[in-house]
Amino acid sequence: MDQFAVKVFVRLRPSVLDPAGEATKSASIKLGAEGIKSLRIGKMIEVKIEGNGENEVREKIDLLCDRLFANTVIEDYEYSLEKL
Amino acid sequence: MDYFTVGVVVFPGSNCDRDVSWALEGCLDIRTKYLWHESSDLSDVDAIVLPGGFSYGDYLRCGAIARFSPLINALDEFVKSGKRVLGICNGFQILTESGFLPGALVANKNLNFICDDVELDIVSSKGGWFNNVDEKQTIKLPIAHGEGRYHCNSDTLKKLVDNELIALRYKNNPNGSSFDIAGITNEKGNVLGLMPHPERACDETIGGTDGLFTLKSLILK
Repeated sequence: MDQFAVKVFVRLRPSVLDPAGEATKSASIKLGAEGIKSLRIGKMIEVKIEGNGENEVREKIDLLCDRLFANTVIEDYEYSLEKL
Repeated sequence: MDYFTVGVVVFPGSNCDRDVSWALEGCLDIRTKYLWHESSDLSDVDAIVLPGGFSYGDYLRCGAIARFSPLINALDEFVKSGKRVLGICNGFQILTESGFLPGALVANKNLNFICDDVELDIVSSKGGWFNNVDEKQTIKLPIAHGEGRYHCNSDTLKKLVDNELIALRYKNNPNGSSFDIAGITNEKGNVLGLMPHPERACDETIGGTDGLFTLKSLILK
């Protein structure tokens, strides 16, 4: 069995308004940061997972992302995978 | 004789389960039974309410974890058999997460948790959930949510409109919902999800009775 460290990024789809991102953008500007054109907040999920090779692990992660980690009505996801 | 019994689902974090039960039993004389989310035996209930609250602490997304409970797995057969399911607030979120209703509920546009009475237009009579036999009517119900902004893509919205699946629309949209949507049904009409709380509007002493009809309609066949 191989072990992998997976980082999953879940983001609101561009078409979905992100009020928390807008509020944080507003606070960033109040802090004095200049030039911020856009600020959107997502989630990062770290998973350590075992499997027989990368393909099998990718299948598992695809299922998790599609059915649980992200709601694809409102969110997109991508992930990176590192063999440990 | 068996009494008509409404199952009120209890998840860890549900907090409107007792209100729903009180409204059904105390105001409408309809028998209720609490259903713990680990149960998958729905054989002795005739309709189901998924109440409001914060199931599983709203972890990940509202309703996302509840979707995987044994009870929600068993709900598919229950819905297919034509029995009635009402999801209120967090219950609506669970129904969209689990695919019984289209779209999703996301953070309110202004980020506020909104606790207020709202005016609602009854748009569709599908499923007989609302008392609007004559023509379009307005009711007043309380809302209490931070993540009640209904969102769907344009194809889904068209389908909702064309098939008369939009049950309630806000008169003054409080949260930024697409098309002012406050509640929708499935195509068959036996599943209703809504953000407002009908169980909090069942007695004049607490501000109104516009929620009575919807709860009473749970006993429709």
